Amino acid sequence: MASLRDIKNRINSTKSTQKITKAMEMVSASKLNKAEQNAKAFVPYMDKIQEVVASIAGGNSGADHPMLQSRPVKKTGYVVITSDRGLAGPYNSNVLRALYQKIQSTHSSQDEYTVIAIGKVGRDFCKKNGLPLAKEVTGLPDQPDFAEIKEIASFAVNLFENEEIDELNLFYNHFISAISQKVTEQKVLPLTDLNTEGQSLTTYEYEPDEEEILKSLLPQYAESIVYGALLDGKASEHASRMTAMRSATDNADELIDDLTLSYNRARQAAITQEITEIVGGAAALE
Amino acid sequence: MKTLNVSVVTPDGPALEGSYEMVSCRAESGELGILPGHIPLVAPLTISAVRLKKEGQTEHLAVSGGFVEVRPDQVTILAQAAEQPSEIDVDRAKQAKQRAEQRLNMAKSEDIDHKRAELALERAINRMDISEIR
Repeated sequence: MASLRDIKNRINSTKSTQKITKAMEMVSASKLNKAEQNAKAFVPYMDKIQEVVASIAGGNSGADHPMLQSRPVKKTGYVVITSDRGLAGPYNSNVLRALYQKIQSTHSSQDEYTVIAIGKVGRDFCKKNGLPLAKEVTGLPDQPDFAEIKEIASFAVNLFENEEIDELNLFYNHFISAISQKVTEQKVLPLTDLNTEGQSLTTYEYEPDEEEILKSLLPQYAESIVYGALLDGKASEHASRMTAMRSATDNADELIDDLTLSYNRARQAAITQEITEIVGGAAALE
Repeated sequence: MKTLNVSVVTPDGPALEGSYEMVSCRAESGELGILPGHIPLVAPLTISAVRLKKEGQTEHLAVSGGFVEVRPDQVTILAQAAEQPSEIDVDRAKQAKQRAEQRLNMAKSEDIDHKRAELALERAINRMDISEIR
């Protein structure tokens, strides 16, 4: 049996770990709040841009753009959104597993795909598993600005425009609620599945013409999708970390209870032993 | 007097919401004035000022590119950034202008960096111009 001092040490170290996990939980909770607000603030913009894109692309105006056409896929681009730090429960491993399985099942050679990794964990995963990286982005702030994301998004869109990739997929954790996030795979480019149903489409005049508008609107639209996913991913990250830290705190509580029990038992055993020894010693003297 | 509902949305949230009598903005094909009852229209905007008129007063808004979507009673401006004069950080704009100028001097004119710096310069100048109007 462990000595009294050993148990005491373990209790103390568990307590200090618990303090940290508790603090992390609270920090994540407040970050989650902000991330949720950001994601919410973005919705009107996304809705509007989607509406305009759908009405232009869905209209039978004959307007066309390379980004609307699917071409034979020779190379696929994947954008995977992970966090910079661990300790977020299954947040990173889920999305990376989904990506890895997808790659394993669809590609036979490394020339057929490339990965754009956002977040340190994703980058390290790709390096370890030998996935080709087109770009890595780390150190994104918790509340990213559109300006910061634009660079990543336009990089991916440019790859498609220059025909270096023929398809762009996005892997991220979709935020459903504080305790539930779902790994989502979304096709960004080509923009083939524009949701035009259920919307009243307005016929617009275009100034100067549809093609000019598509030329500047579509990259913006694709960038917004990536930005939206990133905001979503950030919210999920904080939610996931919050849940993970909460269960760590609860586990620490349990552990401390167990340890305290065995500490008290050991203490009691020691006392009983001492008494027995004293009584035994006294009896021997008689 | 008839008015237009104007909403300006950016990726960081709605920037402005209100009803105005006239909206003027600079589209890529030229200056555009929008009054109530305008035909539905979509046009890309340049980095410029959007002017909103209400009861003889004009409000200004700095936009960094984006789109204007017009319906007879509704104008929506989708911009990557939009600021009212009071919100503009003049010092930051000045610094951005300096940075952009430095980069313009260094980069070759065909470089992507050059184009980016040009756009950054345009945005900075636009912000500084508009911040002086207030």
